Amino acid sequence: MKKFLLATTFLTGMTGAVLADGHEIKAGVILGFTGPIESLTPAMADSAELAWKEASNSGALLGGKTIVPIRADSTCNDSAAATAAAERLVTSDKVVAIYGADCSGVTTAVANSVGVPNGVVMVSPSATSPALSTIEDNGYFFRTAPSDARQGQVLAEIVKGRGISEVAITFTNNDYGKGLADSFSTAFEGAGGKVLITAAHEDGKADYSAEVGALSASGAKVLVVFGYLDQGGRGIVQASLDSGAFDSFIFADGMIGQSLVDAFGEDLVGSFGTAPGGEGDGAARFLELAKAAGFDGDGPFRPESYDAAALIALAMQAAGSSDRAAIQAKMMEVANAPGEKIMAGEIGKALKILADGGDIDYVGATNVEFNDVGEVFGSYKELEVKGGKFETIKVH
Amino acid sequence: MDLLNAIVLFSNFVVLPGLAYGSQLALGALGVTLVFGILRFANFAHGDMMAFGTMVTILVTWWLQSAGIGLGVLPTALLALPFGIAFAALFALATDRLVYRYYRKVRASPGVFVMASIGVMFIMNGIVRLVIGPEDQRFGDGERFIIRAREFREITGLDEGLAIRTSQALTIVLAIILVAALFWFLQKTKTGTSMRAFSDNANLALLSGIDPERVVRITWLIAAALATIAGALYGLDKSFKPFTYFQLLLPIFAAAIVGGIGQPVGAIVGGYIVAFSEVTITYAYKKLLAYLLPEGLEPDGLMQFLSTDYKFAVSFIILVIVLLVRPTGIFRGKVI
Repeated sequence: MKKFLLATTFLTGMTGAVLADGHEIKAGVILGFTGPIESLTPAMADSAELAWKEASNSGALLGGKTIVPIRADSTCNDSAAATAAAERLVTSDKVVAIYGADCSGVTTAVANSVGVPNGVVMVSPSATSPALSTIEDNGYFFRTAPSDARQGQVLAEIVKGRGISEVAITFTNNDYGKGLADSFSTAFEGAGGKVLITAAHEDGKADYSAEVGALSASGAKVLVVFGYLDQGGRGIVQASLDSGAFDSFIFADGMIGQSLVDAFGEDLVGSFGTAPGGEGDGAARFLELAKAAGFDGDGPFRPESYDAAALIALAMQAAGSSDRAAIQAKMMEVANAPGEKIMAGEIGKALKILADGGDIDYVGATNVEFNDVGEVFGSYKELEVKGGKFETIKVH
Repeated sequence: MDLLNAIVLFSNFVVLPGLAYGSQLALGALGVTLVFGILRFANFAHGDMMAFGTMVTILVTWWLQSAGIGLGVLPTALLALPFGIAFAALFALATDRLVYRYYRKVRASPGVFVMASIGVMFIMNGIVRLVIGPEDQRFGDGERFIIRAREFREITGLDEGLAIRTSQALTIVLAIILVAALFWFLQKTKTGTSMRAFSDNANLALLSGIDPERVVRITWLIAAALATIAGALYGLDKSFKPFTYFQLLLPIFAAAIVGGIGQPVGAIVGGYIVAFSEVTITYAYKKLLAYLLPEGLEPDGLMQFLSTDYKFAVSFIILVIVLLVRPTGIFRGKVI
């Protein structure tokens, strides 16, 4: 009897292990869990893993398989460390696809030296540098965050639409600021506007009155600030208000935040700007899903994370296999029309449609639609300071 | 009308900021120059002494604010200043006792003193960052403006506005009072005279019965007070961040050397020279010239000599020119 019991335990253990092996699909999560954006990444990872849990729990994924997330640290700013972590995911954990990375610099490094050479799909939820549109990715790199080039265009249209024809631009001296300033000026001048001066500012200075003096000497009445609200951007606004050089400002996403309005209050009324995000059905549904899962979905790059992970799950279902190359082949198809529209929270339904040979068009939390280089067009909120906060005027 | 506009514009972007910044540099340079005159070494820890004193001032200001104590229209930091000065002075005296006194006893060369002061600088640097952190801190309160640019425009009907901030006015007024008090102290009191005697000729001063340790102590007290006040005013006017105080060392030394190191008058003149050079060289004159020149002659470019990124380079250039052409500085100070 004892022997029989032992043997059964042993056998069930064996089959259990075998079953688990065949039913689990490993997928990588690479984000900066340490480093400059460590406060943002835990909720981003939660959002992505929420989508995979939804796919696994539906029981419809490749005939009842589950996706197991494996986390790795991109550090956000150390390319060597990020590449090593991604290398480990790809070669030793043998993940089928990677959700990430996060910051533009490390994402480029990981894509160039790990993702693309190994033929592993990467979907970044947050890398926004325009440079990522033109890397040689053989179709393996996707992003659910729009390129900053797009934000510059949208903002330029809004500014022109408000009847402003002359502006001064100041940008924080890095890839983000430079990219935005370039795309904005090109679009604005293309629409017939005039950029009177474009000047960089360094973050972390005590005093920006000299910078503001030069900007205002250009004769512009409106100042476009592409910076950070806790850094030089705030200093620029402070010095402008102090010297009376400018009293109306145009901001991009780095400057949108309650602390800016709290600091300057009345003086900012009428200033406006853009930040990524939509207010569609999907966004609201995602918030509910996150709440039910026990975290707050209202934060930067969380809906984008959910969508990035969902697309990976849907692509493998469409391919009928968790093979790396097969996933890549189906990414565009599940994200774009034609097909039945899939909102956030409908991953299970989508998996069934795909299993039955149907076609889907994933909309998700952020109205996903890929262009031909595999990045979303993106929607932006137009925000204006009113009644002590940034209020959404409309979605572009 | 155009001439008035030009004057207001120039005052708003060049004269006033230059005066305030110059006053802050002058107070800082006075401390450096006093320490150099009496203790005979360039104190590299001065910038961080400013940061340390300002840090204490900020902490006390926050405490006062939370207790609901304020000065009405004036910043609460003024009330907290004495605490900042007291702590900075204690710290300076402690470092003198622990570090510099030993080197005085062994009659170390000025170079050794300078190296020791760099060590002290790093320690202070670390302490300030440990206590208050490396980020920006804001502690200004009270009425921010005496007159806003918008109000000025409405009152005068001019196109250009002149904004006068409380912190700017406070800086200039306090600097005048402090400088007057310091000169009175150095010229008219017995202690001040003994300090000047010690600075002129230490051996002769010793022979006439001056207690050197007392002179040193008083020098540190005055240097700490000046550093804290200069630091707090700079922080109120701009913002407090430990790293920018470390960077201030360069313009402060440039100011002290331009004026003639060891010469209090020189420190003040040097402070304003450095400040106005920085501001005038990096200012874009396009708008000003548009007001002054007849129509049709307005410049197309910005008319800016150097981009604002080169602000610190201006101090360097001044320093190099002075050391090459007139190493003693304007008021014939000592040669480092």
